Amino acid sequence: MDRNQIVQPENIVCKKPTLMNDNNMHYCPGCSHGVVHKLIAEVIEEMGMEDKTVGVSPVGCAVFAYNYIDIDWQEAAHGRAPALATGIKRTWPDRLVFTYQGDGDLACIGTCETIHALNRGENIVIIFVNNAIYGMTGGQMAPTTLIGQKTSTCPYGRDPEIHGYPLKMADIAAQLEGTCYVTRQSVESVASINKAKKALRKAFEASMAGKGSSLVEFVSTCNSGWKLSPAKANEWMKENMFPFYPKGDLKDTTNK
Amino acid sequence: MEKEVVLMKGNEAIAHAAIRCGCDGYFGYPITPQSEVIETLAELKPWETTGMQVVQAESELASIYMVYGAAGAGKRAMTSSSSPGIALMQEGITYMAGAEVPGVFVNVQRGGPGLGTIQPSQGDYFQATRGGGNGDYKVIVLAPSSVQEMADFVDLAFELAFKYRNPAMILSDGVIGQMMEKVVLPPFKPRRTDEEVIKECPWASTGKPKNRERVVITSLELKPEIMEQRNLALQEKYRKIQENEVRFEQQQMDDAEYAIVAFGSAARIAEKSVEIAREQGIKVGLFRPITLFPFPEKQIAELSKKVKGILVAEINAGQMVQDVRLAANGAVPVEQFGRLGGIVPDPEEIVEALKKLIK
Repeated sequence: MDRNQIVQPENIVCKKPTLMNDNNMHYCPGCSHGVVHKLIAEVIEEMGMEDKTVGVSPVGCAVFAYNYIDIDWQEAAHGRAPALATGIKRTWPDRLVFTYQGDGDLACIGTCETIHALNRGENIVIIFVNNAIYGMTGGQMAPTTLIGQKTSTCPYGRDPEIHGYPLKMADIAAQLEGTCYVTRQSVESVASINKAKKALRKAFEASMAGKGSSLVEFVSTCNSGWKLSPAKANEWMKENMFPFYPKGDLKDTTNK
Repeated sequence: MEKEVVLMKGNEAIAHAAIRCGCDGYFGYPITPQSEVIETLAELKPWETTGMQVVQAESELASIYMVYGAAGAGKRAMTSSSSPGIALMQEGITYMAGAEVPGVFVNVQRGGPGLGTIQPSQGDYFQATRGGGNGDYKVIVLAPSSVQEMADFVDLAFELAFKYRNPAMILSDGVIGQMMEKVVLPPFKPRRTDEEVIKECPWASTGKPKNRERVVITSLELKPEIMEQRNLALQEKYRKIQENEVRFEQQQMDDAEYAIVAFGSAARIAEKSVEIAREQGIKVGLFRPITLFPFPEKQIAELSKKVKGILVAEINAGQMVQDVRLAANGAVPVEQFGRLGGIVPDPEEIVEALKKLIK
């Protein structure tokens, strides 16, 4: 039996969404970004919004998100993605507009733009990949780095006396009148991925229904930055990240 | 059709002109002396008539990136601010120049440095004409000297911005922004429909149909050999702008032995200086650059062969004078007169400076 005989529609149990192109990803093996990208591509396809979606990519590891998902994109300066998304959505109200941001981008340099876009209730979705570290620049402390966690700029562990405390952006977002849906998800297991996909779809649909802003946080791994194997990074995330960044919906008024 | 003549401030004229020229979105943050722009827009409620969006942003930084987003999606988007706010926007402006996003922004200048003063100044000439942010880039700069030009230059700035896919700036100041004059408002031009935007701006991120490649609006390129080509293409574009878009005005230059070169509000004051000097028998004329980039360098080079001396009058410590000296290239003496810190010069002071040059 040769390969062509095996690759038949009836034998396919899992396939790449057509919106994901064939470019080689620059993400490290074991990184959460690739799975989150795939979910975005699947949800856009399933909603039939391929030709009506504009994504805004950040500065950080996901700076090249536009190389992988075959939709129109704008690349923002560090932290400014929610302002770009505001400009796009206000002048193209029938488009699906989302930002894709990491913790440094969203919770540090872009805190102002993030909070105000959410608080204005812009009909956009902010996708937040929180791996508690600056991955792209080589593993420095992030606003979300946990107490005691070691990074290249807190090599002895994050000390609140020196570095302050990790920031829970989803908790802040849930307090804002402009948000309709704030949730914390992860993609380390099939069950988590399935839940995360439903959350993403709910957020995208709420933005198209004009219900306000959504923040979908993905508690994620950065095995390179954490200096762990992919499997150990998943374990570390479950043991350390989930207790501090508990998963689940923090706010859901999408039925109102 | 009868002309609509109204009396209004320069800042108000910007707001009316924006609505009338089919602007799709204004994004701004209050700062003196230009807050009337967003106040006038809020009062006129264009979202109920033309559909133009008006958003008060959380900062100047957010304002310029809202412009980036909307303009990157092919829409006519603009912001306005004054000097300290424009300084904050420089990050977004260099990103727009790099990504070739055609937004429009208005600087109603005030005195600096730093928080400075709320009184008028032309201290941002260098920032406007040298780029202002990081990297090798140029912004198209229009310098109005009347409320009428405030109204007329909004549409012109959009036309030029979209023609060249480049940010365009209206460099005004507290005098032009705050003074009231008669103005003929431009006729209404409808906003482009979404279909027209998609047709006219194939480069814009409007949502990817199956029959074209995805659009990525970005200034990023990590491969130096590609990045150099992109930079060279930008420089080629700036050369085209320099060739095709120089605008200037001359007054009483036919028999002039001396020239005053001034832009914006300083040119308005210098008009009076020319009148006073001519009454005293000095044959002087006024040369007013309207575009500061592209700068009328050829015209000033020609002028410097005809006159005995040039006085550059500007409300700063000597900025445009450098461009005039480069253009004159030593052909005649070029001197500068300026007042600082929010002081607007008298016409007589400029005449005195002219007399010093003649001696």
